[in-house]
Amino acid sequence: MNLAEKIKQKYSSMVLEATAIAGGDPTIVAKKETIKNLMTALRDDVDFQFNVLMDLFGVDYLFWEEKEKRFEVVYNIYSISKKHRLFVKVPVKETDAALDSVTDVWPAANWFEREVWDMFGIRFNGHPNLKRILMYEEFKGHPLRKDYPYNKRQPLIGPMH
Amino acid sequence: MGAVAEGGVNLEKFGFMTTKLNDAIGWARKFSIFQYPFVTACCGMEYMATACAHYDVDRFGAGFPRFSPRQADVLFVVGTISQKMAPVLKKIYDQMCEPKWVVAFGVCTCTGGFYDNYATVMGIDHIIPVDVYIPGCPPRPENVLDGLMKLQDKIQNQKQEV
Ligand code: SF4
Repeated sequence: MNLAEKIKQKYSSMVLEATAIAGGDPTIVAKKETIKNLMTALRDDVDFQFNVLMDLFGVDYLFWEEKEKRFEVVYNIYSISKKHRLFVKVPVKETDAALDSVTDVWPAANWFEREVWDMFGIRFNGHPNLKRILMYEEFKGHPLRKDYPYNKRQPLIGPMH
Repeated sequence: MGAVAEGGVNLEKFGFMTTKLNDAIGWARKFSIFQYPFVTACCGMEYMATACAHYDVDRFGAGFPRFSPRQADVLFVVGTISQKMAPVLKKIYDQMCEPKWVVAFGVCTCTGGFYDNYATVMGIDHIIPVDVYIPGCPPRPENVLDGLMKLQDKIQNQKQEV
């Protein structure tokens, strides 16, 4: 039984599905409501010991017919002691684009979550300082959403189009 | 030996040289360009290549980068300028003392280059006036030197404010 299946068995109430992504890393799809509990458990569980958050990012599946929910937030976590890696995907609805912050679990999540907020407009409840990190505060919209026109100009300085 | 009008004195016989004040100041200014390199992106490598011994901008009197805008004459804007950086660039320009010139180094600064997106300023001339545009992605050092010489011509031939 691989890692993803083990986790699914142990935390079946919080995990929807165990799969693998291209490349073969074990992946689970988790429920949005309980994400913080699941992450805390994965960090503290002696069997898993996921003590590093390596990456956290958003994905916009606007043009994917087969996806029910528009966004996904993906966590890439790693255990230094166990030497194993896990991807956790959390589907997020467009109408309710918010989920719990994991900054209390791994402080490294702070800037990653700000980036996801900046680029995709997904809010993180309980984040200590959720403001834009790459774009300027006056910027309107979230540029990595697939319906944001890539060449739309809204400059601080210069002509408006 | 130039023709000397009747009653005039042939100055060159005495080892003099005559010029106009405007030209003299222009000559002095064009060979003492203190630059402020505002380097933000990949063009910076080519700027370094130009500035170092192989191409040696010191031959043109421009070998002395100042990292304070107050002591600089020429603002070299080298590399992509994002919208978030734009107010900083404007402030740097405003801090420079007159007379001052601006060189746009690389297509990113000239026109935005291949960036056509929400984050990039489409040419720094939206923000500040530019004297010389040096296109290229990045421009070859020869191209930069050509631009520098054009700037020198411009400095020499303009009306010198003192
Ligand atoms: S012009 Fe080309 S080399 Fe220069 S900063 Fe832009 S992308 Fe980089």
